[in-house]
Amino acid sequence: MSIASNTPSAFRRTGRRRAAFQEKLVKRIFFLCALVSVLTTLGILGTLLNEAIKFFLDVPVWSFLTGTQWSPLFSPPYQSFGVLPLVAGTLLITTVAAAVALPVGLATAIFLSEYAPERVRKTIKPILEVLAGIPTVVYGFFALTFVTPMLQKVLPELLVFNALSAGLVMGLMIVPMVSSLSEDAMLAVPRSLREAAYALGATRIQVSLRVVVPAALSGIVAAFILALSRAIGETMLVTIAAGATPKLTLNPMESIQTMTAYIVQVSLGEAVHGSLEFRTIFAVGFLLFIMTLVMNVLGYFVVRRWREKY
Amino acid sequence: MAEVAEIAINVKNLNVWYGSFQALKDINLEVEKNQVTALIGPSGCGKSTLLRCFNRMNELIPGARVGGQVMFAGTNLYDASVDPTEIRSRIGMVFQKPNPFPKSIYQNVAFGLKVNGYQGNVDEAVERSLRRAALWEEVKDRLGTSAFKLSGGQQQRLCIARALAVEPEIVLMDEPASALDPIATLAIEDLIRELAPEVTIIIVTHNMQQAARVSDYTAFLMVSEERSGYLVEYGPTSQIFTNPKEERTEAYITGRFS
Ligand SMILES: Nc1ncnc2c1ncn2[C@@H]1O[C@H](COP(=O)(O)OP(=O)(O)O)[C@@H](O)[C@H]1O
Ligand SMILES: [Mg+2]
Repeated sequence: MSIASNTPSAFRRTGRRRAAFQEKLVKRIFFLCALVSVLTTLGILGTLLNEAIKFFLDVPVWSFLTGTQWSPLFSPPYQSFGVLPLVAGTLLITTVAAAVALPVGLATAIFLSEYAPERVRKTIKPILEVLAGIPTVVYGFFALTFVTPMLQKVLPELLVFNALSAGLVMGLMIVPMVSSLSEDAMLAVPRSLREAAYALGATRIQVSLRVVVPAALSGIVAAFILALSRAIGETMLVTIAAGATPKLTLNPMESIQTMTAYIVQVSLGEAVHGSLEFRTIFAVGFLLFIMTLVMNVLGYFVVRRWREKY
Repeated sequence: MAEVAEIAINVKNLNVWYGSFQALKDINLEVEKNQVTALIGPSGCGKSTLLRCFNRMNELIPGARVGGQVMFAGTNLYDASVDPTEIRSRIGMVFQKPNPFPKSIYQNVAFGLKVNGYQGNVDEAVERSLRRAALWEEVKDRLGTSAFKLSGGQQQRLCIARALAVEPEIVLMDEPASALDPIATLAIEDLIRELAPEVTIIIVTHNMQQAARVSDYTAFLMVSEERSGYLVEYGPTSQIFTNPKEERTEAYITGRFS
């Protein structure tokens, strides 16, 4: 009896020891995975910073940030390192995209979470997910070969490469992101709040706009910010459809160049590695990094402030 | 109660289904005006379902279906021409768990006024409603703070104030004190008694003493073998509790089953 009960318990004990060892191993592996991504980030930041600092030894930071002429690839008398035209191009596209994506995305989210019957929701959600999975190069050609010619029928003075059509298509591209993240936030609003509002005689649209959206606001703002930093960092679409003409303008009908499109242009061009011309992409990249970082930090604080209210 | 009683709600042959499951079967009930009517019965017998028929809240549940009539102010609530949002502004509801909006105390009470296009002075209406809900003295200095800062009992009285602000003729309460401590529960019960002369109140409760304390009339529901709820007995609370006609009522009230 004692032997019979001893044997399995001995087995169990070694089994447990093995399990503990496995636990430790798995923990190490997970830790290493986390470490890899942290180190990669640090590595990228280091390279970026290192090259950018070398660049700023030649070009003063202030003239880089405030200059209104961007022509680093020209020969010296005409060479100029004012980044504002690229920043303006980036913000112009982002603004057009936001003007499309925020209202359309939010309206889609409200429709899906408050209006659509289960069956409709189950059909539309996968379609939106497919939309989000289309390669951005496809969106770029869609803007260039479909949207631009269509717009040109209404706006004859529209250039072939222009900020408007790239921005509009970029807006469509980030609608799924805005709508699906906003919808998640809205679905997390307790049913009891909706019932309270309906029981007071509120209509569906009143319940959506006065109860659900305000209650989900932190999540919705987070969705907006994530989608916009995606728009700021988006590369392929703008490289294809928005042009390669750095210009300080607020007119979306013109051809412009974004920060990302410039980086692509130089990476693919014949600028000599290590040259001042080549280092411009690290300076621009670093600025881009700071911009999205600021947005994400801003988003973080906005979300936290609102959440504290409840 | 000697005068001829006025009827606030008259339920005729009411049947409710959730999908293919019949939750309520052939309910007939006349609820008297400006009295407190309690709905009692074992859990799952359809008390909440019946209550939600009175302000058409059941239709927010996919698959729910209502047959029969609920007469209110001369019309059947389930007539195709009736606008449910108008009904809900005339028949208010207080839920089992306090569910204030994540807004300020003031905005919670003002919400119903705003969605119903109230023309009068909102500040005054908010104060009046908070006074009627016996909450004014406790919150008058902090109307702008979040409703979530209030205690559970205060939140529930805020929800009552919010419902009263729209000046409903009937207030439906679904176990309004079940999430509260005994002292907060007594405060709610006192409030119900104070409101009764002006408003019709229909209250669901699983607490026999509470039904006996607050209500003028009591309806006792049970579940049939098919799990459908049906009305066993309905009458003045004093009669139901001291001299029930049905043996099943007596058994339930004296706690022989639950
Ligand atoms: N949304 C729903 N969908 C399906 N069945 C429901 C739903 N709500 C309630 N029921 C069922 O209807 C019956 C009555 O429920 P309910 O009215 O909540 O009872 P009570 O309030 O008396 O406890 C129960 O059998 C319950 O399971
Ligand atoms: Mg219930």
